[in-house]
Amino acid sequence: MYNQFHSVRLDYEKCKGCTNCIKRCPMEAIRVHDGKAQITQERCIDCGECIRVCQNHAKIALTDEMDKLSEYKYRIALPAPSFFGQFKNSENIEDILNSFFHLGFDDVFEVALAAEVVASIVHKYLKAYKRKKPLFSSACPAVLRLMQIKFPELLEQVIPILTPMEVAARMAKEEAQKRTGLSQKDIGAFFISPCPAKVTETKNPISTKQSAVDGVIGANLIYKDIVKHLAKKHHETSPRLNKATSSGIGWGYITGESKSIGYGTSLAVSGIHNVISLLEEVERGELKDVDFMELQACTGGCVGGPLNIQNLFVGRVRLRHLIEKQTNQTSFYTDKELSDIYEKGTFKSTELIQPRPIMTLDNDVSKALEKMERIDQITNNLPGLDCGACGSPSCRALAEDIVRELAFETDCVIKLREKVKMLAEEILDLARIIPPSMSDTSPKKEK
Amino acid sequence: MHERKGVVSSPCQPAANKPQLTLRFKIDEKDFLIAGESASKTKKALQQLGLKQEIVKNIAIIVYEAAMNIVIHSNHGEIKIIIAPDQVVVLSEDVGEGIPDIELAMKEGYSTAPNEVREMGFGAGMGLPNIKQCSNELDIKTTIGFGTTLRATIYLNPADTKQVETGTMYV
Ligand code: SF4
Ligand code: SF4
Repeated sequence: MYNQFHSVRLDYEKCKGCTNCIKRCPMEAIRVHDGKAQITQERCIDCGECIRVCQNHAKIALTDEMDKLSEYKYRIALPAPSFFGQFKNSENIEDILNSFFHLGFDDVFEVALAAEVVASIVHKYLKAYKRKKPLFSSACPAVLRLMQIKFPELLEQVIPILTPMEVAARMAKEEAQKRTGLSQKDIGAFFISPCPAKVTETKNPISTKQSAVDGVIGANLIYKDIVKHLAKKHHETSPRLNKATSSGIGWGYITGESKSIGYGTSLAVSGIHNVISLLEEVERGELKDVDFMELQACTGGCVGGPLNIQNLFVGRVRLRHLIEKQTNQTSFYTDKELSDIYEKGTFKSTELIQPRPIMTLDNDVSKALEKMERIDQITNNLPGLDCGACGSPSCRALAEDIVRELAFETDCVIKLREKVKMLAEEILDLARIIPPSMSDTSPKKEK
Repeated sequence: MHERKGVVSSPCQPAANKPQLTLRFKIDEKDFLIAGESASKTKKALQQLGLKQEIVKNIAIIVYEAAMNIVIHSNHGEIKIIIAPDQVVVLSEDVGEGIPDIELAMKEGYSTAPNEVREMGFGAGMGLPNIKQCSNELDIKTTIGFGTTLRATIYLNPADTKQVETGTMYV
């Protein structure tokens, strides 16, 4: 039985069964049955497309609540680079980082800083790499999950380096341990996330055995508190918190990662449907001359993440603005320190990303062929409108569901109407048959 | 045997009791989009059948390259993917100029693609060598002025070398 954590859930009460989400899901993971949407867990990659499209706000991302902080003696906030793009132009990174202290955190560590470390490791990795190209970024967990299901052949080309989020948690905890003398289990690292995919990634990680991130708080949950605090504008003179430079903060939107890595030819693609069509191309053997591919499930990159508050373009402009202010800052880690980290291999992924074939109709090819033939037959028999009224994303998907014994042909409203019409005609025919007792042909009584 | 939407019935007869399925794609001249589409549809079907990843990838490449060949070098054509439990045959038939020198065309980098096509970044002369590399058997029949038929076979269990009876006539 498939039993893994997923962040994306349905709010049963709010769902009106409108079928808007079923077509947008890149994995065809949603069905509407009995007036409510259902997510097929095996297929879901937590990309959050359905959250974006649902007008009833019935698709939600399960994240941790702020009260989880109380489980730890020392709490570190790890804001994602895209988080800084959520605030007004007048704000600066230092103030935003400072606000976390007033919300119950004891420390804050920028994921953007970890991103600079990752960029340096990836740069060196690319330089030394001699095998099949292109190599893929491992930063977006939704993309990796997509590849597990749809592009298992390409998994070996994913760069085996942990995500900036994971690296940030490890670095921050180690630092805190040195500073406070507390044990690892007393220190909690909380990622401030733009997306549900990152939540899933910490609960059941695919490139490491256990995540060092102890909690994930949605950017949407913490946003208001930060804004409130920023409004108060009391500038403390705490030690400088912002250590990340423009290169790390740039990871917040698409192309930032490639720029930061700065090696060879790279290609940056965002939006899950674009990512799928690009990967199809790579799979056919195209683009072998590209060294690095930055792939992000959300349009515009993480700044377009479904849990971010700001409109993607506004967020992007603000992030850019903040980056421009930062340009003169020199990087926090020296080249020597970064080289040491690379040599030690500290942030390498420890697990191979495994394929997860879920599309299969049957384990036996002959049986699968028979089933596919039936799917074809049923599809041809359906009206081909792909209207979604049956609760499946297309006529073919309904046919598949029927063969997988999850649906009936009469789920198609047009088929149902046809059947009703046939039935009605039959009833009419029956009604025309006059019982022998009333019929003319019945033997006449003799006079 | 069952046929896909909007296609005339095929002369193929499945061997007794052997499930067999045919995917078909009609391809018109200069319709570059259909090549990618047919490859990804084929891939999805093969994944659903639970075929090995390597094989799925190879067949998708064959379909793509064969479709590109039709797009670039012929007037129009059709690709059939005949799937049986033990093997998959990709059959590509086109009406067009034919290949003047097959041996030469099989060489990597050799291309007869017209300039306009090359300018678009296609027709780098890797089509046939790619197809050959991805299939267990490759058979090409070509008639100048008439067209080309290409038949690539992939065995699902490599020890198996039986042929699928497709009954298709060569041009
Ligand atoms: S999160 Fe993405 S994959 Fe999962 S159900 Fe929603 S749209 Fe589909
Ligand atoms: S692009 Fe960024 S925000 Fe979107 S799913 Fe991937 S990691 Fe999350």
